[in-house]
Amino acid sequence: MADQTLPIPGALGVGRSRGAALLEWLHTWVITVDHKKLGILYIVYALFFLLVAGSEAMAIRIQLAIPNNHLLSPELYNEFFTMHGTTMVFLVGMTLIFGFGNYLVPLMIGARDMAFPRLNAFSFWMSAFGGLLLYFSFIGGFGLYGMGAAPDVTWWAYAPLTERAFSPGHNTDYWAIALIVMGFGTLGAAINTLATAFSMRCRGMTLLRMPLFVWLMVVASADTLIVITPLTAAQVMLIIDRYLGGHFFDTQAGGSATVWMHFFWIFGHPEVYVLILPAFGIASEVIPVFSRKAIFGYPAMVAASVGIAFVSLSVWAHHMFTIGMTSASNAFFALSTMMVGIPTGIKIFNWVATMWGGKIRFATPMLFCTAFLFQFLCAGLTGIMLAVAPWDWQLHNSYFVVAHFHYTLTGSFVFCFFAAIYYWYPKITGRMLSETLGKWHFWLFFIGFHMTFDTMHFLGILGMPRSIYTYEPDRGWTTLNMIVSVGGLIQAVAVLILVWNIVDSYMHGRSAGNDPWDAWTLEWSTPSPPPPYNFATEPVVRSRRPLWDIKHPEDPDWKYEL
Amino acid sequence: MKVRRISSLSYLPAFCLALACMGAITCFAQGPQATPSILAPASTPAHEIYSLSKFVLVITGAIFVIVAGLLAFVIIRFHERKTDAGHEPAQVYGSTHVELAWTVIPVLIVVVLFLTTARIIFAIQDAPEPPSALDVTVVGHQFWWEFRYPRLGIVTANELHIPVSTTAAPQPAYLELLSADVDHSFWVPQLGGKTDLIPNHPNKMWIDPQSPGLYLGQCAQFCGVEHAKMLLRVYVDTPRLFDAWVKNQQQPAVDNPAVAAGRQVFESEACANCHTIRGTSARGLFGPDLTHLMSRATIASGAADNTPANLRSWIEDPNTFKPGSLMPAMQLSDQQVDELVSYLSTLR
Repeated sequence: MADQTLPIPGALGVGRSRGAALLEWLHTWVITVDHKKLGILYIVYALFFLLVAGSEAMAIRIQLAIPNNHLLSPELYNEFFTMHGTTMVFLVGMTLIFGFGNYLVPLMIGARDMAFPRLNAFSFWMSAFGGLLLYFSFIGGFGLYGMGAAPDVTWWAYAPLTERAFSPGHNTDYWAIALIVMGFGTLGAAINTLATAFSMRCRGMTLLRMPLFVWLMVVASADTLIVITPLTAAQVMLIIDRYLGGHFFDTQAGGSATVWMHFFWIFGHPEVYVLILPAFGIASEVIPVFSRKAIFGYPAMVAASVGIAFVSLSVWAHHMFTIGMTSASNAFFALSTMMVGIPTGIKIFNWVATMWGGKIRFATPMLFCTAFLFQFLCAGLTGIMLAVAPWDWQLHNSYFVVAHFHYTLTGSFVFCFFAAIYYWYPKITGRMLSETLGKWHFWLFFIGFHMTFDTMHFLGILGMPRSIYTYEPDRGWTTLNMIVSVGGLIQAVAVLILVWNIVDSYMHGRSAGNDPWDAWTLEWSTPSPPPPYNFATEPVVRSRRPLWDIKHPEDPDWKYEL
Repeated sequence: MKVRRISSLSYLPAFCLALACMGAITCFAQGPQATPSILAPASTPAHEIYSLSKFVLVITGAIFVIVAGLLAFVIIRFHERKTDAGHEPAQVYGSTHVELAWTVIPVLIVVVLFLTTARIIFAIQDAPEPPSALDVTVVGHQFWWEFRYPRLGIVTANELHIPVSTTAAPQPAYLELLSADVDHSFWVPQLGGKTDLIPNHPNKMWIDPQSPGLYLGQCAQFCGVEHAKMLLRVYVDTPRLFDAWVKNQQQPAVDNPAVAAGRQVFESEACANCHTIRGTSARGLFGPDLTHLMSRATIASGAADNTPANLRSWIEDPNTFKPGSLMPAMQLSDQQVDELVSYLSTLR
C-alpha cells in the first residue's frame, strides 16, 4: 500500500563515519514528531522505569522478608516505597498508556499522524524531563551541600508531613515540581488523543465504528483532562506553602490537612481509571482476535466505559473513610464506590461472552488477557469489600489494600500491557517475539504474582499496616512476608525474560509479515513496521472490523452490526 | 494441557480465604491475640464489622464462584482444537436482553450491599456516648502516643489502660483523637476499625473490650521516618486492676532520696526540656510523661522492653532501637547515665 521509495533521512548518508551516522540516528529520535517514533520513545521510557521501580520493589521485599531487618535504613526504605509508587503511576503507567495510544490511535482510525504532531513531541519531552527531575532528587534532594535524598513522604504525600517543618531540604520539592512538569506533558497528550480521535478518522469510521482501544483512550484522555488539574493545583499550593509563606495545608498556622486529601484523591482515584481504561481497551482488542469472534455487545462496552469515567469522578473520598467524615458522607461514598462495580461487571461479562462459542487460541497475548480477566474479577470483588466503609475502617492502609491495588495495577494493568507488548511488537518491529520465552514469562509472572499478592491479603487481615520498614517478630507475619518476597523475586525473573525476549527477538526474531494474528483492525493492513505517514491512500471502512470485511466478502460485518 | 491449569488455580484464593475464615472461627476464639487479626474481634465495633464482613464475603464469594466458574468453563470448553482448524466460529455481535440481565442483577446486589453497609456505618459512628463511658484523649506525636484522661487527671504514653466493659456494667472508652504534628492513625484491629489523628481536625472513636488482656496495634498512617516503630499497646484491665492502676497513676512521682543524684541529673540536664515527671521541676511537654515510667512494659513506643539495660542504651543513643527518633543522644558521662537509670528505675 505505502510508497517505500520516499527519501528517508539518513538513507543518503553513504560513506560517512559510523559516529556521524549514529549521531544522525540519535538526532532523528530527538527531533521526531512522528507518532510512531514518539510512541516507541514513550514505551521504551516506560519499560526503563518499570525496571527501575521494579528494582525498588525488590529492595522493599528483601527488607521485609524477615522481621527487624536492618538491610535498609528507615530513611532509604521510605524513599524507595515513595519512589516505587510515584514512578509506577506517573512514569510507567501514564507513559505506557500514552505510548500505545500514540502508536495505535492514528493507525487504528486510518490517520497519518496525531492531530498535533509538535504538541505530541512537546508532551513526550515534558514527561521525560519530569521523570529525570524526579530521579535527580537522589543526587540533589538536600540541595548542594549534602548527599541527595529522594522524596520520602509516600506517593499520596499527606499534608502536613510535606510542609517544611516536617520535610526540610528539597526532596519534597522535587516530587511536587516533577509532578507538575509531568502533568503538563500528560495534558498535552490527552488533548492530542481527543483531537485525533474526533477529527482525524478516515472515511466511514463513525464514532461507533472506532476500535474499542481508541474509545477507551478517548475516555481515559477526557478523564485525564479533568483530574490532572486538581493535582497540579494542589502541588502549586504546596509549593506556595513551602516557599511563599502560604498556609493552605500548614496546620500549625490554621491550615487544613483534609483539604490536601480531597485535592489529591479527586485526582488519585480517577487516575487509576485513567490507567485501567486503556488496559480494558487492549483486552477488548486481544480477546476477540484470539477468540475468533467479534466483541460481544460493542455499544454496551462503550457505554460502560463512559459510565465508569463519570462514576469514577464521584468516589474519591472512599480513600478517606478513616479521616472522620460524617456518617452521611461515608454512606454516600460507599454507595458511589459500589456503583462502579456495575459498569465494570458489564465489561467482564461482555469479555466472557466474547470468548463464549469462540475458538480460543492461547498465544501469549491471550494468556495474559485471560489471567487479567480472572485477576480483575478478584480486584473488583476486593474493591467491593473496601467500599463497605466499616470494613474499610479495618482494611484501610493495611496490606489488604496494597494487595487490592496491585491486583488492579499489576494483575490487570500490567498484565494487559504485557499482552499489548506481545500483540503489537510484531507490528512495531516487524519481528515476532519468541512464544517459548513468552510462555515462560507468562507462567513465572503469573505464579509469582499470585504468591505475592494473594498472600498480602492475609497480612492485611492479620493487622499488618502498609508503609512500615520493618515489623515485630512476634506478630505472626513472618512466614507470609517471606512468601510475598519470594513471589516478588519470581516476578523479577519473569520481567528479565521479557527484556531478553524484546532485545533478542529484535535481532533474531521470526519475520512477522503484515498481519501475524489474522486480526481485523486497520493497523494490520499496513506493512510491519508501518511506513512514515502510515497509509499511502486513505482507507475507507464500512464496519468495526474492516479487515474482516476484506477477508470475508461473503459475510461482512456491516450487514449485522448492532 | 496448559489452559486447564488456570482453571484449577483460579479457585486458590477462594480456597485460602475459606480456610482462613474457618481457622479464624476455630482457633481465634476470644480475647487478645499475639497476631492482631481483624478476624478475632473483642469489642462491639470490631464485632459488628466482622459480622458485616462475613455477609459481604458470602455475596462476593458467590459472585466469584459464578463468574470464575464461567470463565473456567469458557476456557476449557471453547479453546481451539486441532480438529476444527480452518473455519471461523459463528459471529455473535451481542444481545440486548442479556445485557439488560447482567445490568439489573448487579444493581440489585448493590442495593442490598449498600443498605447493610449504611446500617452499620450509622450504628458504629453515631452511637451516643453513655454517661458511664471513660473519656480518653489520644494525641499522636512523631513517633509515640500520648494518653490523657481528662476526668481522672492522668497523663501517660504508649500503653493505654482501659477497664473491661461487660454487658452487666458497660463502660466503653470514648477516644478523642488529636495530633501534635502530622497525620497518624489509631488501629488496634481486635478492638475496632482505625480512625486518623489529624492536626486541627479532632476525631472520635469508641471501643468496649469484653475480655481483659493486652491488645496490640500500631500507627496506620505514614507519619515519617519511624512510622513503623510507632507501636500501640492497649491493656484491658479488670475493674479492680484498673482502679489500682488509676490510683497509682494519680500519685506524683516516687521521691526516693537514695537516687537523688539521678533526679538531679534529670532536672539539670536537657531531659527536663521535653519530659514531665510530676513532683519534680521537669515540666517538658514534647516527649512522653515519665512520672510512672516503670509501670510501662516498653519504652520508645514499643520499640524495646523496659529494662535498665535498654533504658541505658536508649539514653546513650536512641538510634539503637529507633533510628530517626526525635530524641537526641544525650551525651552524658557514664556516671551520669548510671545515676539517671537508677533514678528512672524507681518511677513505679
